[in-house]
Amino acid sequence: MNKFSAISDWVLLFAFAAAVYSMPIWLEPLGADYPDLMQRFAIFGLFAIGYNILFGLTGYLSFGHAAFLGIGSYTAVWSFKLLTMNVVPAIMFSMLVTALFAVVIGFISLRRSGIYFSILTLAFAQMSYKLAYSVLTPITNGETGLQLTLSDARVLDAAAGIEVTRSLPVTNFFGIKMSGMPGFYFCATVLVIGFFISLRIFRSPFGAMLRGIKSNQTRMAYTGLNTKPYLLWAFIISGMYAGVAGGLMAVTDPLAGAERMQWTASGEVVLMTILGGVGTLLGPFIGAAVIKYFENILSAYNTTSLTQVFDFVPEALQPIVVDVVSLFVGSGWHLTLGLMFMITVIFLPGGIMEGVRRIGSIFSRKKPTAAITSTPSASENASGA
Amino acid sequence: MDAIFLQVLNGLDKGGAYALIALGLTLVFGTLGVVNFAHGALFMLGAFCAVSVQKVLTISTKVRDESITFFEAYKEVPILEAKFPVVGGFIVDYSVPFSILLAIPFMLLVGLVMERGLIRHFYKRPHADQILVTFGLAIVIQEIVKHYFGASPIPQTAPDIVSGSANIGALVGLGDNVIYPWWRLIYLGFSLSIIGAVFAFLQFTTFGMVVRAGMQDREMVGLLGIDIQRRFTIVFGLAAVVAGLAGVMYTPIYPPDYNLGMDFLVLSFVVVVVGGMGSLGGAVLAGFLLGLVQSFASMTEVKSIIPGMDQIIIYLVAVIVLLVRPRGLMGRKGVMED
Repeated sequence: MNKFSAISDWVLLFAFAAAVYSMPIWLEPLGADYPDLMQRFAIFGLFAIGYNILFGLTGYLSFGHAAFLGIGSYTAVWSFKLLTMNVVPAIMFSMLVTALFAVVIGFISLRRSGIYFSILTLAFAQMSYKLAYSVLTPITNGETGLQLTLSDARVLDAAAGIEVTRSLPVTNFFGIKMSGMPGFYFCATVLVIGFFISLRIFRSPFGAMLRGIKSNQTRMAYTGLNTKPYLLWAFIISGMYAGVAGGLMAVTDPLAGAERMQWTASGEVVLMTILGGVGTLLGPFIGAAVIKYFENILSAYNTTSLTQVFDFVPEALQPIVVDVVSLFVGSGWHLTLGLMFMITVIFLPGGIMEGVRRIGSIFSRKKPTAAITSTPSASENASGA
Repeated sequence: MDAIFLQVLNGLDKGGAYALIALGLTLVFGTLGVVNFAHGALFMLGAFCAVSVQKVLTISTKVRDESITFFEAYKEVPILEAKFPVVGGFIVDYSVPFSILLAIPFMLLVGLVMERGLIRHFYKRPHADQILVTFGLAIVIQEIVKHYFGASPIPQTAPDIVSGSANIGALVGLGDNVIYPWWRLIYLGFSLSIIGAVFAFLQFTTFGMVVRAGMQDREMVGLLGIDIQRRFTIVFGLAAVVAGLAGVMYTPIYPPDYNLGMDFLVLSFVVVVVGGMGSLGGAVLAGFLLGLVQSFASMTEVKSIIPGMDQIIIYLVAVIVLLVRPRGLMGRKGVMED
């Protein structure tokens, strides 16, 4: 790898960090500058970035990552209940426990590839979801969801002399309360760290190995390489990302429910990754942010607000226009999501990032060479292996 | 003994639904080589055919209620029943079976449009792309249904005459305490006959023979001057009809909501994979097998030994089958292997 790409990586990292931390400023005109939504951008961005390490680099389509999200959430809430309201141990535990699950699930699922791998991960996720709802109720609190209570032990907090008297305690980072903007900055920091690790993986010999597996696993095997450990590591790492994302969800709102583990939630992260651009560094985050943004904006509309928006339309046409548009917004925003997604897969398999690159190549009138977000070619990386 | 017999019936009945959906999925996969994640949505569309037929038939009018004489009371009666008391009442009562008449042409149309409009462009794309685009399509279909029919389940009624339970114990000589809902028995019979019809169609007609040949070696059939593509498109329509009919008949058992398809999709994919991708017999066998396994796992005796078994048994079986018999129960060599 030459010096230039190393520098451009640092530039990319700092640009990304700057963009993430300045979200409260530049999201203001878009009406999305409130902490709750920005936290979700960061959390789902992290989830998608991690998912991309598996799907984007190796091409293994997992339909079970929501299970890791749920496991991460449950672990974090238990850490809040039993140990301390400090978020650092909670995130650490989420990461470790999900890693354990990822080792087991990954080890079994990765014995097969293609659609069989998808079905195996799906089966494991569904098992986790069903068990969380039924038999594991003592751990997961079933349908109600796992919540904090006043009578929780909180051993470490008690030892430190922090007593809870009247209201439920708030998660904190060494005393800083993790609600509102501080919560966002915490999630953003974790996201930037996650992005940095993903960047390092993309540029490393390990990343090149994973891309080699994606393009031709058989050939990799013929060179005398055992591809399984690499795949398993990729699976575990992306599982840990999902676990941390789940932990962050519990940090911003200390409640864990089983519906987070349903397979449609796994589908959502696939949508994010594809929409943004699978296999690219920035794509998954952009996809996650776009989906969460539209979810938030579009689902806020209802018939009354639509009538106001289409005030300029002639009165006779107004009901028709409002009726048609109401299909796509409000509770029907999933329809927009589904259409958006289909259009992406059909016309732009590389997602938003490919769109950006195509537009860029029109203006630069050059051959579309590696933009800063695109991955360096395999040969470039193989030399470092 | 009684309990076991009941569980067998239960399992066969559940298995019937699984087998019908899995059969359609396998037909599409075996002919077009496309992994169709929207197949569950087709099942759901079939169920909503029944809902719409019932809605149309029961458009009501207010009629004076003769049974109340103290004051002027009105009750809602379907127009059809008010105008033609005998025939109309009969049609309203049998709305679910009558919906089949609507479902067949409608599902065929949906299937053909879907294949020509979307699936056709995805033959050569990777399986992951096929899964993703059909998954997107499933969301779209689901949301459109939700927009028009709402999000809550809409219960359907079986015709009066079969809405009760059959004293099946007496029929097979097991005593009087084995009873089972009539409609579920009808569903079992229905699914068996549809499965039989599909197999007969493939086995005994020229069209079916060509399709089977095309599944074996598509290129060779093409070289013989047969437009195999057109036949495969029709097969896709047929698979849509099978899924739709399974949906129509399922409505009295389980009130359909817009999410019905997604629940069944996951299960039927598991069924297909357990049976072996591309094997029609495998799909049917695995459907009934998993239905039986699931219903036996829900017995209290089993649940008391291994709690939660009924919730995960299907997935557990799938994992085990995939690991010890990589091609599924009846899978052929070289299908979906890389």
